[in-house]
Amino acid sequence: MTVSDVFTRCAAQGRGALVGYLPAGFPTVDGSVDLISAMVDGGCDLVEVGIPYSDPVMDGPTIQAAAETALRAGVRLRDVFTVVERVAAAGGSAVVMTYYNPVLRYGVDAFARDLAAAGGLGVITPDLIPDEADEWLAASTAHGLDRIFLVAPSSTEERIASTVAACTGFVYATSIMGVTGARDSVADVAPEIVARTRPHTRLPIGVGLGVRSGEQAAQVASFADAVIVGSAFVSAATDRGTDGVHDLAAELADGVRRAGVPAPA
Amino acid sequence: MASSTGVKPSDGVANRSGHEPDERGHFGRYGGRFVPEALVAALDELAAAYEKARHDDEFLGELDRLHRDYTGRPSPLTDAPKLGEHAGGARILLKREDLNHTGSHKINNVLGQALLTKRMGKKRVIAETGAGQHGVATATACALLDLECVVYMGEVDTARQALNVARMRLLGATVIPVRTGSRTLKDAINEALRDWVTNVDSTHYLLGTVAGPHPFPVMVRDFHRVIGMEAREQVLERTGRLPDVVAACVGGGSNAIGIFHAFIDDPSVRLIGFEPGGDGIETGRHGATLAEGSPGALHGAMSYLLQDEDGQTSESYSISAGLDYPGVGPEHALLKDIGRAEYQPVTDAEAMEAFALLSRTEGIIPAIESAHAVAGAVRLGRELGPDATILVNVSGRGDKDVDTAAKWFGMIAEGESAEDADGTAIADGGRA
Repeated sequence: MTVSDVFTRCAAQGRGALVGYLPAGFPTVDGSVDLISAMVDGGCDLVEVGIPYSDPVMDGPTIQAAAETALRAGVRLRDVFTVVERVAAAGGSAVVMTYYNPVLRYGVDAFARDLAAAGGLGVITPDLIPDEADEWLAASTAHGLDRIFLVAPSSTEERIASTVAACTGFVYATSIMGVTGARDSVADVAPEIVARTRPHTRLPIGVGLGVRSGEQAAQVASFADAVIVGSAFVSAATDRGTDGVHDLAAELADGVRRAGVPAPA
Repeated sequence: MASSTGVKPSDGVANRSGHEPDERGHFGRYGGRFVPEALVAALDELAAAYEKARHDDEFLGELDRLHRDYTGRPSPLTDAPKLGEHAGGARILLKREDLNHTGSHKINNVLGQALLTKRMGKKRVIAETGAGQHGVATATACALLDLECVVYMGEVDTARQALNVARMRLLGATVIPVRTGSRTLKDAINEALRDWVTNVDSTHYLLGTVAGPHPFPVMVRDFHRVIGMEAREQVLERTGRLPDVVAACVGGGSNAIGIFHAFIDDPSVRLIGFEPGGDGIETGRHGATLAEGSPGALHGAMSYLLQDEDGQTSESYSISAGLDYPGVGPEHALLKDIGRAEYQPVTDAEAMEAFALLSRTEGIIPAIESAHAVAGAVRLGRELGPDATILVNVSGRGDKDVDTAAKWFGMIAEGESAEDADGTAIADGGRA
């Protein structure tokens, strides 16, 4: 299974993909495996396993707090490989979402090697732009990992073009200018950034930042190929544990199925 | 005092130094941009605006006029013979950035960036601050130039630098205490970056040091190059020769790079940065990033940082809020690697001793940050002896630190402190 296979399978079912995020080690290593498994059981097509980081500048209060909890409980970088391995063994498809410094510190090639060995499919890098990514481009190619870079509403056409050219697997479009966190409505700029990105790539485009309900998921899936949900899963885990995560995944999975596939560009 | 220099503050901006990063802001392997894509457009806009302003006589003239009439440049060079007696008889010369308006070198950079903000058509400025020196300078420039100002400051720092919180609020700024992470400068920068990602269309992030993503390290450096350019002329005029050592404190490294830069091509001049040694390197409670850290990416740039084996940022510690930072500017990382500058730790105790010594011997109360450089100069003078000339950057004045010092030296009892009575209220109240 590759990231591309995940999207192909969803498209064959006439729907977009649901991508769910939870941090490794939140609230404990075993606990995070249970939560992620519940997310997969509830209907997540692809999971993003987050690496808790001390200085998460792209994250709002919910994910910051989860990262702090995990770090205080003693999560180590190598635990992410354990979590990915167990998720993959249970039949899930996992990519890792991480700030760049933990990867740098571990060794970029060693990180790619060990993630690939654990069954991870790729990495989303919120604070690494392709301009600075030579080492990561080489390591991800060498170890067969997808590299998912972000485009933003403020990105120029040229930057969208150069960023998607460096991506494999899918493109992560940040739907709003801002940090992670559930919001009541999907920003108006979300369809626009997807529409601006489409002409530059044949890769699927996922939209993240702010989604928390089935209705929003359906709305996003009407113009994007994947709906990415993070903070809402963290909140669900905090409030109701695996049941909360399972129920939210089921609601969101129903949302992406209601929407159908985006009209071809 | 205004005697010597034919140096204009804009010279460091208009004229290249000969030590430039590559096009994408790399100093060797350091610097660059390790940022969310959402910020790249704003960084490109800033770099373009800065490049244009560097060649614009109106911008350069306005910067010079403000620094002359408002900042009070050039700042004087003061002989410190009585301090020298405690430093092996070495001749110590003090570059008096403490005498600038707002009380530190920070105004050099702030006025430059505030003028750029106006030119970019942005109305709102955000800033981080540790000791409050950069926050006060930013609040001042925003008052002067009619810009909305929001300053992020760690809650630990709003408590220990309560007077500066009040100053910022008097100047019309909103001060937001940051309660995440270690609640110091590092976390204030995180919050400022989050604000910037959210409000980048309307807002300029007026970063206060030579760290962060390109173009900040080179641009902030250029605005501070005036320190070294003036000092070099002043020392030559005063002594007829170059100093043996240039000493400065290093947190993020802006005052140090500002004074070092004019001497980089003078191989006889040792450039020494003094980092916060806190309770002592061996205790692990310090902020000596260059002496003890390792390369990594933090706050948008590759540089040295204090980190654990998983790449998590370690908490720094210093009695000095302005030096209490686990990162450092990328050009310092390069200067260290190529051996052009040295970096040595100075403990809290050494810094406080120097704080008292300079106060008593010369009647100059330095910022605790700057007291690290003074302590380093005294240590060096004892090594080098009476023939040595040491130029020290007194980057700020110590009024803001009197409460901390009074406690350190037991001059007032706990509970008598102005900070205890009012500081907490100043720090936490008045957010509206």
